[in-house]
Amino acid sequence: MTPTAIRGWAWAHRWSSLVSTAFLLMLCVTGLPLVFSHEINDALLHREWEPAAAERLSLDAILDRALANHPGHVPAFMSFDEDRPVVNVTSRPPDAPDGVYAFQPLDATSGEAAPPVAGHPLVEFLLQLHTDMFLGLPGMLFLGLMGVMLVIAVASGAALYAPFMRRLEFGTVRREKAARTRWLDRHNLLGIVTTAWVLVVGVTGVVNTLAVPITAHWKDTALMALVDAEDPRPFDVSNRASLDQAVRDARAALPGMMLQFVAFPGTDYTTDRHYAVFFHGDSPVTEHLITPALIDARTGALTAVARPPWYVSLLSLSQPLHFGDYGGLGLKIVWALLDLATIVVLGSGLYLWWPRRRKAA
Amino acid sequence: MSPARHGAPRTLLWPAIIAAVSLTGLFGALLGDGAWDGLGALMLGVATLAPVAGVFVSRRRSAP
Repeated sequence: MTPTAIRGWAWAHRWSSLVSTAFLLMLCVTGLPLVFSHEINDALLHREWEPAAAERLSLDAILDRALANHPGHVPAFMSFDEDRPVVNVTSRPPDAPDGVYAFQPLDATSGEAAPPVAGHPLVEFLLQLHTDMFLGLPGMLFLGLMGVMLVIAVASGAALYAPFMRRLEFGTVRREKAARTRWLDRHNLLGIVTTAWVLVVGVTGVVNTLAVPITAHWKDTALMALVDAEDPRPFDVSNRASLDQAVRDARAALPGMMLQFVAFPGTDYTTDRHYAVFFHGDSPVTEHLITPALIDARTGALTAVARPPWYVSLLSLSQPLHFGDYGGLGLKIVWALLDLATIVVLGSGLYLWWPRRRKAA
Repeated sequence: MSPARHGAPRTLLWPAIIAAVSLTGLFGALLGDGAWDGLGALMLGVATLAPVAGVFVSRRRSAP
């Protein structure tokens, strides 16, 4: 590598790191407990609970019960716990600003409230800070830009590794040298061994920050193409097609897949007229990929199975790959240790830059 | 006397092996099931953390 190229990579490494380090440290610190969000929610929210009966109520009855608890609300989502007979109904006032929802876990056998197993305020606070810093879409996109800076910093750091290490064996820490040299060696070692992992977490993090525009594009193109322009009647929740029948028809259209959630008309995941009944696959390869069947919520007719385009599948896969919650507790522990290693890389990078400035001043 | 220089292929050999094993473990745990979860975590963990742990172990051994 020529001296000019080394100077160019060093400039890219220095400035992409400096611009983003404060935000990346925040993301690492908040991301660390979020790796264990399931375990934290379980520890803080766990309560012994038994369903009231053995027979499940219909989904329509549960939805009516949920809406009766919040008069004037319209349904947004319905999801299903995997390990207990609980249906979660999310609803909102029709004119509520984005992000304002009521979330009700309900006993599927009685419609009574069930204790929540997710969404502890501490975890929600950390997740919101990690996702958008309480700034909504502009905050998400800004953190996405910081993720791009991280990718540039890691790529330029990897490019600089070979010229910096050409006289040293892999893993060398020159303990006889000054503190700055020792920390440079540690920075290089931790940086290079975590490169692949940080790139995966960084790139998937950037994709996750684009969730809103990705979903909006899918809705505005592929999903809107399914709307029958000759039947403009609006969806009316009190005069809706049977939700139970919609889910049965959707199951028949997607045999062998697992029911995940229902998006109601007007939400981000469907049109203004359709129930979108989402399923995921039952194999390791497909369990993170979602496919909705769209049912006309006014007539009950199955409109289409909307196989997601590649960019929606990319978004679906980016979520587990970012949070590391797809391979059991062992993988989560490795994820947490690599998060800590990244904090050391960021801190040592700042340390290596800071004395130079002080001496230059 | 300064240590001898070696070429980029030799310098990058271990980083390339670590990246390959890391990515195999990371995506193996995503695309496989059962044993792949544990194996994937093991591959990612050993590939990335063993070199760092090795530095600390050799430091203790060499400490007076």
